Formats: sequence, C-alpha cells, structure tokens
Amino acid sequence: MTLSVRRRVSRDSGKRRDLLERIVLQGPGLLFITIFMAIPITLVAIYSIFQRGRFGGVVYKFTIENFSRAFDSVYLGILLDSLKIAGITTVLAIIVGYPTAYAIAKLPIKWRSIALVLVVIPFWTNFLIRTYSWIMLFNREGLLNHALLKFNIIHTPLDLLYTQSAVVVGLLYGYLPLMILPLYASIERLDPQLGEAAANLGATKVRAFFSLTLPLTASGLIAGSIFVFIPSLGNFIVPELLGGGKTVMVGNLIRDQFLKARDWPFGSVLALSVIALVFIFFMIQNVVEKRFSSDNNE
Amino acid sequence: MSKSLRKFKPLNVILGVTFAFLYIPIFTLIAMSFNGSHSPFIFKGFSFKWYSVLIHDAQVIHGLINTLIVATGSTVLSTVLGTMLAVGLHRYSKSAALNAFSLAPAIVPDIVLGIGLLALYALLSVSLGLYSVLFAHVVFSMAFVTAVVKARLANTDGDLREASMDLGATRTGTFIRITLPSIAPAILAGALLSFTLSLDEFVIAFFTNGPTTPTLPIVIYSMVRFGVTPEINALATLLMIVSVTTVIIAQRMTRQRAKVR
Repeated sequence: MTLSVRRRVSRDSGKRRDLLERIVLQGPGLLFITIFMAIPITLVAIYSIFQRGRFGGVVYKFTIENFSRAFDSVYLGILLDSLKIAGITTVLAIIVGYPTAYAIAKLPIKWRSIALVLVVIPFWTNFLIRTYSWIMLFNREGLLNHALLKFNIIHTPLDLLYTQSAVVVGLLYGYLPLMILPLYASIERLDPQLGEAAANLGATKVRAFFSLTLPLTASGLIAGSIFVFIPSLGNFIVPELLGGGKTVMVGNLIRDQFLKARDWPFGSVLALSVIALVFIFFMIQNVVEKRFSSDNNE
Repeated sequence: MSKSLRKFKPLNVILGVTFAFLYIPIFTLIAMSFNGSHSPFIFKGFSFKWYSVLIHDAQVIHGLINTLIVATGSTVLSTVLGTMLAVGLHRYSKSAALNAFSLAPAIVPDIVLGIGLLALYALLSVSLGLYSVLFAHVVFSMAFVTAVVKARLANTDGDLREASMDLGATRTGTFIRITLPSIAPAILAGALLSFTLSLDEFVIAFFTNGPTTPTLPIVIYSMVRFGVTPEINALATLLMIVSVTTVIIAQRMTRQRAKVR
C-alpha cells in the first residue's frame, strides 16, 4: 500500500524520467541505424530515378530509363536465373535440412547440443574459404574427380566446376545451417503426444506428417527459407568463384554496375529489385504463417 | 533400448550424410594445409611449410591487423549500442515497427547495404578506409547484439528491478547492480557474435573499404581469385580454430541462459 502511494506521488517526475531514459537508451542505436542503414537504402532508391554521370556518380535529371532497362531480356534473364538458382538452393536446403533437423531433435539430449555445435561450426568458417574448398573438390584435377577416376567410376575427369550446379552446391553449403537451426527449434517444440494421438485416431504416418507436423513446423520452415533464399539471391562470391564467368547472378551485376560500369542508377534499380523480391518473400511468409496459426487455433 | 536404437537408425543415416556434406570440404581444406607439395589437390608428404609461408606474408599480416582493428572497434560500439537499444526497446517499445527497424540491418541483403553505404560515403565525400568499414560493421552487428540481449531480458528484467526501485535504489544504480549482471552472459555472447561476424564479413567491406586498407577477407578474396595455393588452406585452418573457439565460448554463454530460464 505504502509503496503504491509513494509511486503515485512520484508518478509525474517518473514519467519525465521514463522519457529521458527511453531517449538515452534507444536514441543512439536508432540514430545509428537511421544513418547507416535507412539513409543508404533511401539513397539507392533515389538514385534509381536519375541519370548516370559520365564518370560514375549521378546526374540529378529524372528518368525512368533505368527501370525499363531492367526489363531488357539480358537483365531480366539474369534476374530470373538468380531467382531460379536461389529457389533451387532453398528447396534443396529444405530437402536436406528438414530430415536433419528432425534427426537432431530425436537425438538423446546430450548429443543434441553437440550436433547443433557441429551444424554451426561450418557456418562460422569464413564464407570465402568455404566456397574455395569446393574449388578444391570440384576442380578437374580436384579430389572428387581423383577419387572417381581411381575407383573406375569415370574414365575422363568431369567438368564439375564453373557450372550452375556448382553454384547451387556452393550456396547450399554456405547456407544450410541457416535452414537447419530454425527448423530444429520448431521441431523440438513439437509435443510428441500429438503424434501418438494422431496414430491412435488412425492417421497414417504420412498423413500425420502432412496434416500435423508440417503445419506446426511451418514457422521454422519459412524462417529457414528466408535465411537461405535472401543471401543466396544477392550472392556474388559463389557465382564468381564456382560459376566462373558463365553463371552471372544479380549480385554480380549489381557489383559490376557500381564498381566497373560505374552506372550507379542502374545498379540501384537492380538492388531495388532484390529488395522487392525479399519483400515479396516476407509477404508470402506473413500470409502462410497467418493461415497456419489460424488453422491451429481452430 | 535396442528397439529405440533400431527405430532411430534411418535418421542417423541422414545425420551421417549431412555431416559428411558439411565436413568433407572442411577436413579436405585442413588436410591439404599440411601438404608438402605446391598442388592443393594432391597430397605429397606432411609439412608445415605453408604455415611458415603464411606468417611471412606481409599482405596477410597487414589484412589481419586491419581486420582486428575493425572487429575490435565494431564489437565495442555494437555491444554498447545494441545493449542499450535492447534494454530501451524491452522497457518502452511494444511497437512491432520499431522492433523490426532495430533488427532490419541483420536481414537487409548485405550487397544492398554495401552499395547503399558506398553511395552515402560518396555523397558525403568521406574517404574510404578502416572507419568506413568499421561503422558499416557496427550497424549489422548491433542488430544481432540487440536480438540476443532482448531475448535474455524477456526472461529476467522484471520483479527484481521493480523491487530494487521500490527499495529506493536509483535508476542507474539498479541498472548497474541488477539489470547488467543478469544480462551479462547475453552481452558477452552478443559481443563474441559481433566479433566473429566482423572477422568474416566480406561483402560490405568489399564496397566500403579503402584501397590501402584491405581487411583479411578482402586479402583472401584476392588470393582465391588469383589461384589455389595451400597457403590459403593454412590460413583457413587458423581462422577456423579462432572461429570455432569463439563459437564454443558463445555457446556456453547461451547455455547459461537456458539454465536460468
């Protein structure tokens, strides 16, 4: 009682102090994000409607030519290719990641954390180096060809490197842990009794999986898909190192517009297209998640 | 017991395949770093030769020093700012938009952030160097620190703090004696996370770094593009040891969090 009286007395000065505390705590961080993220992205958006300078930079004359150029068949093709490659990578990550996450969740507890650390370790290895390790494996004189030749499975070395498949494998290798971890988190939360209940009610294992397990782990599945799809889409390291000159993705194109061709406005349009795709992906996530959560409530 | 083991077998095969996929490249990388020959493909005798080449490589050492400066600076800044932001958000902001804004730098594709920052620096005529990379690293590291600390606050920041304030402790006193100790493991985990993130970050550094101050990942990029040599393998092995140690320490920190819960 006395406490609440004391609180009421100091409520006014408390409110003012709350505001002060809030500004002190949140202000610097939010300001930092505004300057170093919000403004840069806004700049990219602004640059997209202006003309390129002759020696790089931007001339502030309005044009929509950058956008129409993005629909040029060459660039549209690259965008669609990037979507395709990132999409295939994401699907493969689900195919490999889901059973893996499931298997980890079913391990005895003490093995689980070890398995999780083992999933995370490759992820904390420098991305360039992880990509480079596939050059060693995929090269014509590389270890994979070496092994296949030795066991007489093939007789001439395969051209594994500098193909679209090599790019997909590289991306999958790079981002698979990001699929496994959120999936594991949502699978681990599942109540094992639910599965028993479904079996008791006569559901087959397949049916139980698709009508029970899958919807309940949808959030992890979607989170993992976002974590794999987004960095795959904008990646330019893997296409460059494992795809050679042949496989160009939108990331390579953006980099070249900014650093080589010096056409910043067009590069900005391409970057905006990546943001737009990411945004669409998030909206799909939102819709799917809402649907599943309302299903669960019923 | 034997029944449950049999039941789990197909799952364990899946685990085996996934871990083979994850680790064959890494073990190959490590094994070849001890290769006596010049070829990164064929193993001819055990040798530490490439490690000695590595530590005498002025370019690598220069890159390493730059990277350590950037990683240390960005870790300190992002940990302080991220922790403050997390506490502020936890106490005062239920708004989903503000929370999303605070975590956005971790989700924005790095290439977009990279060119955006390049555009900003160019507009302000900031000459590119270590500082331009450092600030760029702070902005996304901070998002991770904020996320980790906020998760911890959700479990701890409450009754004790109110009790402390009711008993007449000042806000600052309560923050130092109650809040800070209870979120310390999360702060440390966040700091380790941002250090490793900065250590390995390539794309944003690629766009915002100055020509005379390459960070280590940029040096690695030029090495890898130039061709494959076992020196890269030696460097990879050493970097892996650093990262793995850091991750295991961070893991311990987060496990403590689970215990508290």
